[in-house]
Amino acid sequence: MTTLQQAPPTQPAVKRVKRYTTTPRKSITLTLATGVILLYSVVPLFWLIVNATKSREGLTDSFGLWFADGEFLLFQNIAQTLTYNDGIFVRWFVNTLLYVVVGAGGATFLAVLGGYGLAKFRFPGRGAVFAVVIGAVAVPGTALAVPTFLMFSEMGLTDTPWAIIIPSLISPFGLYLMWTFANEAIPTELLEAARVDGSGEFRTFFQVGLPLLAPGIVTVLLFTTVATWNNYFLPLIMLKDPDWYPLTLGLNAWNAQATTNGGEVIFHLVITGSLLMIIPLIAAFLLLQRYWQSGLAAGSVKE
Amino acid sequence: MGPFMAVFALVFLAPIAYSIYISLFKTRLIGGTSFVGLENYQQALTDPNFWDGLARVAIFLVVQVPIMLGIALLAALAIDSGRLHAAGFFRITIFLPYAVPAVVAAIMWGFMYGNQFGLVGNINEAFGISIPAPLGPDWILASIGNIVTWEFVGYNMLIFYSALRVIPSSLYEAAEIDGAGQFRIIRSIKLPAIRGALVIATIFSIIGSFQLFTEPSILQKLAPNAITTFFTPNYYAYSLSFNGQQYNYSATIAIIMGLVTMLVAYVIQLRGMRKES
Repeated sequence: MTTLQQAPPTQPAVKRVKRYTTTPRKSITLTLATGVILLYSVVPLFWLIVNATKSREGLTDSFGLWFADGEFLLFQNIAQTLTYNDGIFVRWFVNTLLYVVVGAGGATFLAVLGGYGLAKFRFPGRGAVFAVVIGAVAVPGTALAVPTFLMFSEMGLTDTPWAIIIPSLISPFGLYLMWTFANEAIPTELLEAARVDGSGEFRTFFQVGLPLLAPGIVTVLLFTTVATWNNYFLPLIMLKDPDWYPLTLGLNAWNAQATTNGGEVIFHLVITGSLLMIIPLIAAFLLLQRYWQSGLAAGSVKE
Repeated sequence: MGPFMAVFALVFLAPIAYSIYISLFKTRLIGGTSFVGLENYQQALTDPNFWDGLARVAIFLVVQVPIMLGIALLAALAIDSGRLHAAGFFRITIFLPYAVPAVVAAIMWGFMYGNQFGLVGNINEAFGISIPAPLGPDWILASIGNIVTWEFVGYNMLIFYSALRVIPSSLYEAAEIDGAGQFRIIRSIKLPAIRGALVIATIFSIIGSFQLFTEPSILQKLAPNAITTFFTPNYYAYSLSFNGQQYNYSATIAIIMGLVTMLVAYVIQLRGMRKES
């Protein structure tokens, strides 16, 4: 992230075009109509916040969309979530962070290199490489999961963090975004000028390419982060040991505890844990929105 | 490029090749593993469980994807129109559910769907009625569709919105001079201009539908009667290998689904592009 902050202010690839000679009048009707979609989006989140303040009994006794009478246990719930079962939730949180930092970070790095390479270098088989990578987006998780699981278990990698990190390193969608973005954001003449000035390929990439790619990199980084943070299927098949679980698997295990024999019902912790889990991502999206929105704009228009 | 391809080969190409390889074998209790050629594929094509799941995903796709993309498009057009109060707030707020992991979304909606302390129970109690249980066999698919819609409306809205933002203003000025109304502008300028984004969003949504797994697998514990182990093909493949140890057959199902997905995505892309010219 530091490189991004050091990067000089860049021109976003897609400038916001000034529109309409006159500003259109605001419409209350349209605002209210769109408000319905807004409500649909936020009511479940509101439900989550409200219910994170209730005790296990309060969940059943009170109305779902409002706080329970005389009961505000948010902080007790958070404390209990963090300490329940020797603080396993914190362990899961750290695991998730590890998978995100190494997996999503690595995936972004590889996507940037690959996207830049595809966009800016002509080499034989370039079209074929691109077709294969894009085709890979359509490959269902299970098509890969079963053989990857069998391969990894031969290599003794299952039930270790590597089983999650290595497959996370590839993001065909990230590569695709980066490829379109690099096409738009880096004028080839600029690279040629750098080469004429005697700059090596690596120096050109780091000093000319990278700063221009910054909004695209933030976008890809956010999307690979979401993908890794939310990953459920891969850990589900790769991990047996709860000590290596990411949060998704951990929360599901807590939730399932209610249906297993002799398991303690801890729905209030499931709800509070869920709330704790989504806060970091929402914070990241809000903090970085200026960057990722301009990156997305460039990625979505070209095909 | 090199590093990407190296890892790509390890985690994509190698498993796919291996998957195809093991789909040609069969493990029997007596006689062990033997080469059977395309026998697994024949079995899959006549497997009612597989067809059942495929049909379910097809219904899901035909109903859920248009609804989701329709809502997303409406929201994007409304926000882009400049006629909305607090448009920026709308944009970021509608997008927020995307930051919620599918696991959390499914758990959350699962609670809300429930009779016990969910909203459905509240509504039934408050109005003395009994609306159909979202977790019952009749409604479970719609309930899952609602969860997926909720998760991805904002994401697709943003894709459309980003595409709308880069339409050059000269087009609007020309339309204004010609006296075109808002709806005319939407139909003749905005929609054609974002066709690329529409096609991409459709393809990704279809791929997502074919891969449906997380939501049903989480809800399965709440609705054990409504969600079978072959609810979707992806779920079926998972159940076969991790509950039944039928790795060969599971790989076969997965490969068929991969082919179906790529085929459908390809057709959509071709159609989308053809209209453009």
